Amino acid sequence: MAYVPLADQDDPHALHDPHSFITKYVWSQDHKVIAIQYGGTAIFVGLIALGLSILMRLQLGFPDSISWIDPAFYYQAVTMHGMIMVVYLLTALFLGGFGNYLIPLMCGTRDMVFPFLNMLSFWFYLLSVIILLASFFVTGGPAGAGWTLYAPQSITAGTPGSGGGMLLMLISLAVFIVAFTMGGLNYVTTILQARTRGMTLMRMPLSIWGIFTATVLGLFAFPALLVSAIMLGFDLVLGTSFFMPAMMQLGEQSTQDGGSPILFQHLFWFFGHPEVYIVALPAFGLVSDVIATHARKNIFGYRMMVWAIIAIGGLSFLVWAHHMYVSGMNPYFGFFFATTTLIIAVPTALKVYNWVLTLWQGNIRLNTPMLFAIGFIFTFVHGGLTGLFLGNVIIDVPLADTYFVVAHFHMVMGVSPVLVLYAALYHWYPKMTGRMYNETMGKVHFWCTFLGTYAIYLPMHYLGFLGVPRRYYEMGNTDFVPATAQALNANITIAAIFVATAQVLFFINIFMSLRKEKDAGGNPWGATTLEWQTPDTPPKHGNWGPELPTVYRWAYDYSVPGAKQDFIPQNEPGEEYEKTFHTRGHS
Amino acid sequence: MSLYRQVTEKPWNQVGLPDGIEARPTFQVPDQKVALVLFVIVACVLFSLLTVSYYLRIAWGAGDWVPVSEPATLWINTGVLVACSAVFQWSVIQARRQEAIRLTSMAGLLFVAGGLLTLVFIAGQYTAWQTLIGGGYTLQSNPANAFFYLLTGVHILHLAGGLWVWTKALFNMRSGANPGDSRLSIELCTWYWHFLLLVWFGLFYVLSTT
Repeated sequence: MAYVPLADQDDPHALHDPHSFITKYVWSQDHKVIAIQYGGTAIFVGLIALGLSILMRLQLGFPDSISWIDPAFYYQAVTMHGMIMVVYLLTALFLGGFGNYLIPLMCGTRDMVFPFLNMLSFWFYLLSVIILLASFFVTGGPAGAGWTLYAPQSITAGTPGSGGGMLLMLISLAVFIVAFTMGGLNYVTTILQARTRGMTLMRMPLSIWGIFTATVLGLFAFPALLVSAIMLGFDLVLGTSFFMPAMMQLGEQSTQDGGSPILFQHLFWFFGHPEVYIVALPAFGLVSDVIATHARKNIFGYRMMVWAIIAIGGLSFLVWAHHMYVSGMNPYFGFFFATTTLIIAVPTALKVYNWVLTLWQGNIRLNTPMLFAIGFIFTFVHGGLTGLFLGNVIIDVPLADTYFVVAHFHMVMGVSPVLVLYAALYHWYPKMTGRMYNETMGKVHFWCTFLGTYAIYLPMHYLGFLGVPRRYYEMGNTDFVPATAQALNANITIAAIFVATAQVLFFINIFMSLRKEKDAGGNPWGATTLEWQTPDTPPKHGNWGPELPTVYRWAYDYSVPGAKQDFIPQNEPGEEYEKTFHTRGHS
Repeated sequence: MSLYRQVTEKPWNQVGLPDGIEARPTFQVPDQKVALVLFVIVACVLFSLLTVSYYLRIAWGAGDWVPVSEPATLWINTGVLVACSAVFQWSVIQARRQEAIRLTSMAGLLFVAGGLLTLVFIAGQYTAWQTLIGGGYTLQSNPANAFFYLLTGVHILHLAGGLWVWTKALFNMRSGANPGDSRLSIELCTWYWHFLLLVWFGLFYVLSTT
């Protein structure tokens, strides 16, 4: 073969442009297709988890109205709902979905640095989902010990799904972790190494900072889940006693003894607490970009926002035992973790202030993504404040295992990230499809979801104050709970069914808009970041046409005084600045 | 520009191209090397957590810990793994001197030898397991035994993962990959084997002192 200088060779991506349906949409190595595969799968399992939550609510609101919801099924529904929502929906959709879609587009690259590994990551994720769903069909049903899978309960005979269901759950988690590690190495390496020229670290949009830090957290935290899953699996299948203490079962001494259940709790929460921020940090990032774009204002305190993301990420590894205050720990230990928990509120509050200050005197466009973003600020402040209560040992002890806790964590890491997901899905829908969604339907969807979730979770705080315990199939002889609690429970169930039904609007909207609505154009929001500046919408394979974009400015040049438009794209050189490194007069 | 300076700059003040016209990765090394270092950090977290669990199980368990008497084979295996690392390192040195890297060249042969020695190490670990089982140290009989099999097993799995990459590199070398890629493969495999040798030193220390 004749020698051809590198500069004269054809673009390698143009050469590998996939043509057949299979390589284009099934075994695809294109980050955008993988993102949509990830997102579609995550939303699919998320809908299953949503259905399970409605079944749980029916039992709680109208006890014994559905005959086949027995205690075993109830606990299995609780467990699968929790695990699917936290790991298989939120983690996968934020990092596998939005991470995959936005990292190369926002950083100005053609694809991830390891496209094959990226494809493998999705197929391993799909495999883990299939294994998890298969557990519905094994003898004894899926795992039913709560999403925390506490040993020895989770693997002791008598707990629903303690055999095959539990084993499949553990295998599925291990496969998920392998998938996440492959994807995560890819995201971090791409962000660090492959940014286009001019894209310095501090010119990256906050979405990328959020996704980046969350991925690093995931890479450090998921090994703890892997270790606990492997050791629990050994205890379950091979009869070791890492976690299994001496127990009497059906009048007989078990063969396993001496293990430490507390060890499992520490390992689990060493994963479990960073997991909260693995879900929250991408949400923080995405919502910052949505707010800045639709408020037509630069994000307030960009550097502080970046540092806060990093600080929250670091601190999230020092707070895990606040989930274990009632496990009988040394008071000094609890004191330490209460303190770190309150410290983490500082950077978090800083972010909230900065979002609000970004809105201040902005030219706010109250369209659907913006409504969801503002809704997020409300629910997040709400859930964050109850977190301060629960972070204190002395308040946590009476409130532990009541509905107050359920209300808190659903508000802060259920509703809040989901509102951001909707904000982000509506915001980037025009880029992903080239179509505009139906604005009216989107707004109706927002108000139903936002007010509906408040109708669900606000009353739950009061149930918690009344001492209504969580995880109970039905109340039984609990005299201290007034009879009115049941009325509240019934109302919550009705609200939950309403909210779940309202989500149909979202699906109708995105599928109908694919055909009917008008072309969105390349940059319908007038946004500055690179993904809105692609030559084609939706972006083609390779994203950028013949030449990669060059970045001349940060991601938030909105409403710059004296500029022609109220936004200046990141790849806009600007006449007076042309290719020189220029410092503006003001700071 | 240092990482600290990068994250403390005020991006709203600056318009233009701070680094000149070329795109600059954060670290001036190949992407594969960055990914490997990241993976090594993740693996460090994994082994650290296993080790912490090991000590906590001793401390928090019901006092049922009966230390394993490690078979002498482990010392031989350690020697084999040290030899692996040494051979890989030698292969890197040779690869830097050679223009083209083929399987039959010195670097290639040493690279192959390193992988084969790893197989010897794995076989040696299996022998150690057999000795333990023969001596009544079964998985279920004591948590110390269970941890012994778990820790050595996870270490072997990491070596097996390395061997998978090693096999791919061999095939690439056979089909005449460009020397730069082969050199990088050899170097990264060597780094990874050095890392797993250090892990083994740590594990061996932990296992034999408790």
